[in-house]
Amino acid sequence: MHKTLKKLTGRNESYVFLILLALGLLIQIRSGQFFTGNNLVDIASAMIVPGMFAVGAFLVLISGGIDVSFPALASLAAYATTKSLLDAGYVGGVWLPILMALVIGAILGAFNGLFIGYFDLNAMIITLGASSVFKGFMQGTLESKQLAVIPTGMKAFGTSALFTATNRVSGITSRMPVAFLVFVAVVAVAWFLLNKTYFGRGIYAIGGNPASAKAAGFNVKRTKFFVFVIVGMISAVAGVIRVCMMQQCHPTNMLGMEMNIIAGVVLGGTAITGGAGTLTGCMLGTLLIVMVENSMILIGVPTTWKDVFVGALIVIGTGISAMQVKRASHAADKAKKITGKEAV
Amino acid sequence: MEKFKKVWRNNQHIVRLLIIMVVWLVFMALTRFRKFYTFNNFQTMASQFPEYGIMSMGVMLCMITGGIDLSCVGIANLTSILAAVWMTKLAGQAGVLSAGYYPLIFLLAIVVGTVCGALNGFLISRIRIPPILATLGVNQLLTGICIASTGGAAMSAFPKQFTDSVAGNIGGVVPVRLIVFVVLAVVIWFMLSRTTYGAKLHLLGTSEKVAFYSGLNTTGLLMRTYITSGVYSALGGLMMLATYASARADYGQQYTLQTILIVVLGGVSPNGGKGRLSGVVLAILVLKLLESGINRFQNVSSYYISLIWGGVLILAMMLDYFSDRSRARAR
Amino acid sequence: MAQALLKAVDINKSFAGVHALKNVSLEIMPGEIHCLAGENGCGKSTLIKIISGVYERDSGTIEFNGKQLGKINPIDAITNGIQVIYQDFSVFPNLTVMENLALNTELAAKRRVVSRKRMRRIAEEAVAKINFQVDLDQLVGNLSVAEKQMVAISRALMFNAKLIIMDEPTTALTKKEVQALFQIILKLKEQGIAILFVSHKLDEVFEISERFTIFRSGELVVTGRTADLNEQKFTYYMTGREFQNKPFTAEKVTEAPILSVRDLGLEGHFADISFDLRGGEILGITGLLDSGRSELALTLFGVRPATSGQILRSGKEVSIRSPRDAIRSKIGFVPEDRLSEGLFLPQSIADNIVISEIDKLRTAHRTFDEKKRQAEIDKWVKELAIATPNPDNACATLSGGNQQRVVLAKWLACNPDVLILNGPTVGVDIGSKHDIHAFLQGLARDAGMGIILISDDLPEVIGNCSRLLVLKDGRVTFESSTQDLKEPTILSHMM
Repeated sequence: MHKTLKKLTGRNESYVFLILLALGLLIQIRSGQFFTGNNLVDIASAMIVPGMFAVGAFLVLISGGIDVSFPALASLAAYATTKSLLDAGYVGGVWLPILMALVIGAILGAFNGLFIGYFDLNAMIITLGASSVFKGFMQGTLESKQLAVIPTGMKAFGTSALFTATNRVSGITSRMPVAFLVFVAVVAVAWFLLNKTYFGRGIYAIGGNPASAKAAGFNVKRTKFFVFVIVGMISAVAGVIRVCMMQQCHPTNMLGMEMNIIAGVVLGGTAITGGAGTLTGCMLGTLLIVMVENSMILIGVPTTWKDVFVGALIVIGTGISAMQVKRASHAADKAKKITGKEAV
Repeated sequence: MEKFKKVWRNNQHIVRLLIIMVVWLVFMALTRFRKFYTFNNFQTMASQFPEYGIMSMGVMLCMITGGIDLSCVGIANLTSILAAVWMTKLAGQAGVLSAGYYPLIFLLAIVVGTVCGALNGFLISRIRIPPILATLGVNQLLTGICIASTGGAAMSAFPKQFTDSVAGNIGGVVPVRLIVFVVLAVVIWFMLSRTTYGAKLHLLGTSEKVAFYSGLNTTGLLMRTYITSGVYSALGGLMMLATYASARADYGQQYTLQTILIVVLGGVSPNGGKGRLSGVVLAILVLKLLESGINRFQNVSSYYISLIWGGVLILAMMLDYFSDRSRARAR
Repeated sequence: MAQALLKAVDINKSFAGVHALKNVSLEIMPGEIHCLAGENGCGKSTLIKIISGVYERDSGTIEFNGKQLGKINPIDAITNGIQVIYQDFSVFPNLTVMENLALNTELAAKRRVVSRKRMRRIAEEAVAKINFQVDLDQLVGNLSVAEKQMVAISRALMFNAKLIIMDEPTTALTKKEVQALFQIILKLKEQGIAILFVSHKLDEVFEISERFTIFRSGELVVTGRTADLNEQKFTYYMTGREFQNKPFTAEKVTEAPILSVRDLGLEGHFADISFDLRGGEILGITGLLDSGRSELALTLFGVRPATSGQILRSGKEVSIRSPRDAIRSKIGFVPEDRLSEGLFLPQSIADNIVISEIDKLRTAHRTFDEKKRQAEIDKWVKELAIATPNPDNACATLSGGNQQRVVLAKWLACNPDVLILNGPTVGVDIGSKHDIHAFLQGLARDAGMGIILISDDLPEVIGNCSRLLVLKDGRVTFESSTQDLKEPTILSHMM
C-alpha cells in the first residue's frame, strides 16, 4: 500500500501539472487570453488567499487530521482586527493589523490545538465545533456587520502594487498586489519548517505512525498543538489580507470555502489519511481549483457553471487517484512470474 | 444505584441529552414561561426541525458505516428546484395543482434522492473514493447544476397548493412536516432494529475488511445506505420548499455541518460502528429547544445559538474523553 | 562466576487488581542468547516493558551492567544500553530509511534543524554494523518485512546497546529470512551484545538460544540451559498439562470428492493447481510464505477470484467470485489474521457469531428473529466452550484461544461442507491449540466435513492431516498421504 503511496504522490504532481498546462493551452486556444501578462497576474492574485489557506489545511492533513474551521477563524480574526482598528481611528501602516491577526490567530488556533493536541480528540469534529463557536462569537458577541470602510493603512495595502501588467489587446491592466509577497513568505516558511526542522519532520512522522512517533522521541501532543497554532496564524493573516484586497470587511464572505480548499490540497496528492504529500503538490492542486473557478469565463463558460466544473473536477480527480491504487496492485501481480516447476 | 449506573454506562449519550433537555426546559419554565410554553411555540418548533432532522437521520446511517454525507444540501436544493418546475408543469394552464398530484411530488423526491445517492454510493463503494471527498464533490456538482439552471435566483413562481399543504397543520394542531418526520423516523427505526440491516451496518462500520470476509455484501450495503441518505436529503428538500415557499441553490448551507454536529452529539462515533437512532432524534429535539429558547430572550442575539452548538459539541467530546479514561482505568 | 548483565529479582506488578507478575526473576549473561517463552498473558510482555522503562515495577530489584536501576523511563533504558524491538518495528513507512535510522539520534541530541549530510552519516554508520545493504533514500513502506526488521535492528544498535530484546521477531518472516536473522543474532553475540528473544516456537528456542526462561500465569516456571530441554518438557512447562498427540487418520471418507479444483490459477501467485477433497478427510497444504499457499486459500474463498481454472462442488462447477459466493456454496474460511480479518473486536461475541448466517435468522415476514438469534448464540457458545461470562461482551475481552473459538463458531453456524483454515493456531496458546486440533479432527471424523488446513507448522500438518500438498513458487511439488511422512522430506520439496 505504501509503495503505491509513493508512486502516487510522485505521479500525482506530474499529472496535475500536465492538466494545468492542458487547461491553460485550451483557454489560450479558445480566447488567446491565457498566457498574457495580465491574466497570469490575475491568477496569481486570485491564488493569494486560497493559497495561504491551503498551506494551513495541508499542514493539518499531513499530521493526520482535518481542519474545517479555518474560514471561520480567519473571518473572526479579520473582523476583530478591522473593527477594533477602525474604532480606534488607526491610520498607520498594515504591519499592525497583520501583527494583531497573528496574535488573534494564534489564540484561536490554540483553542483547536488544546482539544486536538493535548486531549487527542477527533480533529474534524472539534474543528467543526470550533467553527460554530468562532462564528457565533463573531456574529453574536461582536455583532459583526459589513464594514464598507476599512482603516486607511489596510486600504492602501490592498491597492498597492508590486508591478502592473497591461494586456495590449484588451487594454486591461492587472495589478500584482504586494500581498503576493506575504503568500510567498508563508509558503517559504512552511517549506523550511517541513523540510529543514525536526518539528516539521515530526508532523510527517505523526501522520505516518503516531505511536512510533512518540517512541522515537517526538512530543506528539506539543507538535499537534503548535501545528494548529501556526495554522491559526496563517489563516488569520489570510483573512486580513482578504479584507485589504476587497477594500471592505464582509464577515461571512469566506465561510464555506473550507471544502474546496481541502479538495484542492487532496487533488495535489496529499493523502486524506495523513503522512504523505508535498507542498508543491498542494500548490498545484489549489492552483487547479483556482483556475477552474476563475478562468472558465475565458472559454465562454458562464460563471453560473463554475461549481459544476469544480464538482466534476473533484469527483474525477479523486476517482482517478483511487483507481490508480487498484490498478497498481493489479499491475504488480501481472509482473510476477510463477517460476515453480510442475511436480513430476 | 447499580442499576442506574448500568443504564448510564450503556446509554451515556442519551442520558446526557435527556439531562440537558430537562435542565433547559426547567430553565425556560422559570425564565420565559409565558413566551415559551405556548401551543403556538411548540407547534412552530415541531414544524421547523423536520427539514434538518430528516437529513440528519440519513447522515447518521452514513456515519455508522464510518463514512459521511456532505451532499445533503445539494440534493435538497436540486430536489426543491426540480419539484418547483414539475409542479408548474403538472398544474398546466390553470396554474393550480390538484391534490391528486401530491404523491407524484414525493415520488419525484424519491427518484432524485435515489439517483444522487446512488452516485455517491457508486463513487464510494466501487471507485473507492473516501466518502468525505466523494460527497463533497457531488455536493459541488449538484449545487453547480442548481446555480446553472436558476442563474442563482430564487424560484418562487410555482403553484403553492402542495407547499401550503405541507406547511399546514392537520386538524389545525399537528404540523404535516412533523408527521413526515415521524413516519421517516419509524422507517429508519424499522430498518435498523427489525431487519438485519442494522446489525450488518454496525459491523460494516467496525471493519469493512472483516465484513467482506464474513460474506457481507459490502458494496450493496453501502449503496443502500447512501441511497437512503440521498432520499432523506431529497425529502428534507421538500420540507425546505414548504418552509420558504421558494427554491434556491444556496438555501440551507448551514445544514451541511449542522447535520454532522447533530449526529455526533447523538452518540454516533465518527469512526463508525456505533450509534442509535434515539440519540440522534434526541439531539435534533434538544437543538431545536435550545434555539427556540434563546430566541425568546430579546437581548440575546440568535447568533449565540451557533456558539452554543459548537460549545456543546466540544463539551460532549470532552465528557466522552474523561468517561472513556475512567472506564479504562476501572478495567 | 561471571557477572550477570541483567539481574531482575522478585519483580511484582499489578494492574487495577490483576496481579500480572508474581515474584518473577530473570538473569541474562553478557553476550548470551536467551529465550523468554510463555503463552499469551503469561507476563512476558509486562516484564519487557518494565525492563525497558515503559512500566514501573511495584517491587523487586533490577541490576543492569552492575548498576542498580531505580525508576527509569524509556529514554533512560536506552541510555543504559537496553533496546526493544517490538513486533511492528516502530518504523515510519512514509519516511526514508535514512530518516528512520537517524531520527532517534537527532532527537536525543535535541537537534532542531535538519541536516541531510549528518543524517546520512549516522544512517551509513548504523547499517554498517550488521552489513545491511539498502537504499537509504527508499521509503521504508516500500521495503519487505525482513528489511524493515533490519532497519529496526540497525537503529537499535546505535546507542551502544548491550541488551537487545526482540519481541516475536520471526512472525512475518519466511524461512530463509529467519535464517538470515539468526545469522545477524550470532554476529551481534560476537560483538558482545546479549539478545533476549521472546518466542513461543519450540524449534526456534532450540535452534538459537543458549538458555531459556518460561513464564506461566505471571510466575516463573523454569529457567535453564536449552541443551537440557525437549518437546515434552517444553509443552509441560508452558501449559502445566501433558498432551497426547493423536495423529489423525481419515475414517469414513466419502467416495466422491465434495470439492475439486482443476488447473486453478491466480495471476502472479499460483498456477495449475489441481486436487480433490473428500468429506471426512483433512487435507494439509503447506509451503513457504511466498509459495502461494495463502493466496490459494483466498481464491478458494472468493476474496481473490481465480484468473484461470475451475472449482467444482460435488462434481458441479461453481463460480466463486466473492466470499458470499463461497458461503452460498457451503464453504467456510477461518482466516490467517483473526484480528483484522476474522473478528469484529469491539463488537460483542454474540454479534460476531451470527454475522455470517444472519440472513437465515429472519422470520416469515423478513424481520429479524430475535429468538432464533439468541438460540444460535447459546448453542455455539456452549458447543465451542467459549469462556465468557456474557456473550454480549466485546470480543476484545477474550484471550487469543477463545477468540479463535468465536471465529470457528461463526463458520460452523453456517453449516459448511468444506472448511478452509489458514494458520488457525498462530498466536494461540498451546492448550487451546491442542483443543482446536482435537475439535477439527472431530469435525472430520464425526460430522463428515471436508477440511483444508493450510499451515507452515509442519508438526501440526503431519499430526492433523490425512493427506498433504506441498506448494513451491506457485505450483504443487509434492502430494502424499501423511502416514510415515517425515519433516525433512516435506522441507526438501518446499525449499
